[in-house]
Amino acid sequence: MTTHERLTPQPPSWKDFPPFPQAVKTELNKAEQRKNLRHATGTIREKRITRAQEVPNWEELRTAAAQIKDRVGRHLGDYLVQAEKAMTDAGITVHWASTAAEANKIVADIAKAKGVNEVVKIKSMVTQEIDLNEALEAEGIAAWETDLAELIVQLGHDLPSHILVPAIHRNRSEVREIFTTEMGTYGAPAPADVSDNPAELTAAARNHLREKFLRSKMAVSGGNFIVAETGTLVIVESEGNGRMCLTLPETLVSVVGIEKLVPTIEDLEVFLKLLPRSSTAERMNPYTSLWTGVTPGDGPQDLHVVLLDNGRTNVLSDPEGRAALRCIRCSACLNVCPVYERVGGHAYGSMYPGPIGAILGPQLRGLENANDRALPYASTLCGACNEVCPVRIPFTDILVHMRHKVAEYKTSKHPTIEQGLMKGAAWVMSDGSHLATVQVASRAAGGIFKNKWIGPMPLPLVDRWVQARDVEAPPTQTFRQWWKNEHEEGKQ
Amino acid sequence: MGPRVALFATCINDTMQPSIPIATVKLLERLGCTVEFPPRQTCCGQIMTNTGYYKEALPTVRNYVRAFEGYDYIVGPSGSCVGSVREQHAMLAHWAGDTGLEAAATTVAGRTYELTEFLVDVLKVTDVGAYFPHRVTYHPTCHSVRITKVGDRPLQLLRAVHGIDLVELPKAEQCCGFGGTFSIKNPDVSVAMASDKARHVRSTDAEYLVAGDQACLMNIGGVLHRQRSGIKTIHIAEILASTEKEVTVA
Amino acid sequence: MSAREEILQRIRTATADVAEKDPILDVPVEWTYGQALQTPDVLADFVEKVEDYKARVVRVAEGDIGSAIVEALAGLQAGSAVLPGGLPEAWVQAVTDAGVEVFRDDPELSHGELNLISAVVTTAAVGMADSGTIALDHGPGQGRRALSLLPDCHVCVVRADQVVSDVPEGIARLAPALRARRPVTWLSGGSATSDIELSRVEGVHGPRHLWVILVD
Repeated sequence: MTTHERLTPQPPSWKDFPPFPQAVKTELNKAEQRKNLRHATGTIREKRITRAQEVPNWEELRTAAAQIKDRVGRHLGDYLVQAEKAMTDAGITVHWASTAAEANKIVADIAKAKGVNEVVKIKSMVTQEIDLNEALEAEGIAAWETDLAELIVQLGHDLPSHILVPAIHRNRSEVREIFTTEMGTYGAPAPADVSDNPAELTAAARNHLREKFLRSKMAVSGGNFIVAETGTLVIVESEGNGRMCLTLPETLVSVVGIEKLVPTIEDLEVFLKLLPRSSTAERMNPYTSLWTGVTPGDGPQDLHVVLLDNGRTNVLSDPEGRAALRCIRCSACLNVCPVYERVGGHAYGSMYPGPIGAILGPQLRGLENANDRALPYASTLCGACNEVCPVRIPFTDILVHMRHKVAEYKTSKHPTIEQGLMKGAAWVMSDGSHLATVQVASRAAGGIFKNKWIGPMPLPLVDRWVQARDVEAPPTQTFRQWWKNEHEEGKQ
Repeated sequence: MGPRVALFATCINDTMQPSIPIATVKLLERLGCTVEFPPRQTCCGQIMTNTGYYKEALPTVRNYVRAFEGYDYIVGPSGSCVGSVREQHAMLAHWAGDTGLEAAATTVAGRTYELTEFLVDVLKVTDVGAYFPHRVTYHPTCHSVRITKVGDRPLQLLRAVHGIDLVELPKAEQCCGFGGTFSIKNPDVSVAMASDKARHVRSTDAEYLVAGDQACLMNIGGVLHRQRSGIKTIHIAEILASTEKEVTVA
Repeated sequence: MSAREEILQRIRTATADVAEKDPILDVPVEWTYGQALQTPDVLADFVEKVEDYKARVVRVAEGDIGSAIVEALAGLQAGSAVLPGGLPEAWVQAVTDAGVEVFRDDPELSHGELNLISAVVTTAAVGMADSGTIALDHGPGQGRRALSLLPDCHVCVVRADQVVSDVPEGIARLAPALRARRPVTWLSGGSATSDIELSRVEGVHGPRHLWVILVD
């Protein structure tokens, strides 16, 4: 194997992560990461509640958002054709990509046609999904992340662990370490005496990236929304790196999932009220850019949009699961999730972590991979995500639905032990007399342990419960026996 | 004379913690209800449903409908099991394409109440005449709050208990990590969550942790016992059934 | 088959269960668009919310705009400013007279040149009070997008009659510009990030300082 010098820092691969139940073992042991996550998610959770409560018709907004997104999903073909025409009329070159590989090739081909060997990037989930940076690297094109958190992740040879704040697992001293050791290799170095104060670290990033913004001839973005009626693209951001990428280069390529459409300009009012309050818990994000094709003398004169499927039509084809396509990537479900708070994003083995990752990932990718069969079970079904979702995705319903699909998938291959247990339970629970028969055993166990608590024991499955918990011995008399003795003897 | 009530004991209480349905019976009878226990009842089926085994959950739906279809009021001391009856039974019947069962399950589910809902909404009582002179902290279980939507009814009832010292649980709204088969499929995360919950419970210096779901209490109580915290768990039915004359807990 | 045809075909198959072909009849949206908030004092709300982003807001009368701009540039210690075409001549004169080095974007300034200019002075299209947002539609007086991006200080003149209560009214006012394919930029305070420990830092790549002159 020949090694050639890389242009950008080499990230690890998602493929190297074991399935969720194993991956969490490593993640749970990262004390610093758990502290960072507890602090960060706790802070944002409280702020989100405040910002949502400020809006008198918050619940009506959520309903409207869900309905608008459902309207788009159920008539997606019509809206895509409408959007394509509007964008084309406005001077945008529209491309379609069924797969990640097709989308990456389109972007690389544009870069090659332009003769550029680097692009600046706006943080985008979809380009993480298609692993665009590595595809460009393989073509000799450097992709520079310009969002602060993405920069921390890229320079740290790391992977994103959160949809909105990809470096949420890092604290300030880790960021300082990454900046001082790595920045100089890829551009303007961080000042040698930079402290771990976030303002100083941010200033170092500003300085590092400014030369890239001024130099780059091509930018790559995602897109928060495309207005089908007008062909308007919308990008919601905080730092201004988005505006730099959308304004300064000559060429702009936006890779956008086909579900990102909204029908009309007016529909934006619903989402631009919901999204910032749900994501960063701000009344409004610092910058929102809306552009409708090429404006002569202002901004990039060569605009491309790549409409990406990459599994979205799989999601759409399942009436029970398609509500996941409403997602506007706000990350409120991650921030409120007690599982995410403990394990962080990497444990989910994908750039879409947390509750949305658990329902969307396996639908996008299918169930062939063991991790995608594990993800629907990576939830206690506590339902906290249902309550915060600005587009009312019924997370727990879809999780249960996906579990059903996983169970069907597994048992279609061959009978499983779990299936045997469930069939047994089905018989026991099909009639009270069956349950009473089985209770003979629990009462006998109660007789043996005699009100004692049961501690650790090396029994399969049981050990998973008793590793950290004691169990009270079962009683020698069940309720139905008590009832019989108290209420039925002598009464009949 | 109060209403005729069918007790949905739930399989876990029936088998593992009969003191809870016993307390429920005593409480409801004290409040003038005529309580019946349809013996063919078993389980809500959510252990199968939530693990993805719809076909295996269907017999419990049929059995639940048959056991309870003759009653106007079905009362269960569990937010989670009642939530499953109300939110999943019709879905399962619909999935199976059994429209008759779907209609019947919808009707019976509509008559199924979680205990505190029944007390506050149907019997319209908050002071049930209970006496419990202990320091207590309340964990609102996820399914009782987010699926069954009992709201603050348990707190209304607990605040009216004579002699009680009710203290607030920090981060009360967060899941204890039980999650049914989650605790077996993802034991490490489950334990991490249960340990955090136990830590918050200990910080209250309560004598008792109360909740409306025995499964969650078993989870948190198991950790509290392993840690020799001395804090006991108790179901809300047991506190509400306690009077000066009769303390239902040992 | 092209990717386009393939995707559209997959969508048709995926949505075969959708019987009603009219999207509006199929999924009604229960929402009244363009609603105003019942804010008692919209301008006061606008000021409060913009200040909440740590931006500076001053309120002046029509006749005092020129001197307010000069004061803003002095307050921001901006020795140079780019003044887009379409700004009232009196404002340009005031800034010039104050000794600030003035640049006009005619002929067009390079990005490198813009990067060295301290400040930009623009007008605005709409103000949205509830979220403290200013929208530019890059019409006369607002300049092309790079002008309000590269200089580190942005002095923005907003007229009272441009301020509406909330986002829906703002969208309604901006809709004609958007339908005319004008680019639109929303600013809510200066650039900011919360990417390190979710602790907010004002000022990253966009102008780090926003100074709003609200004309009553």
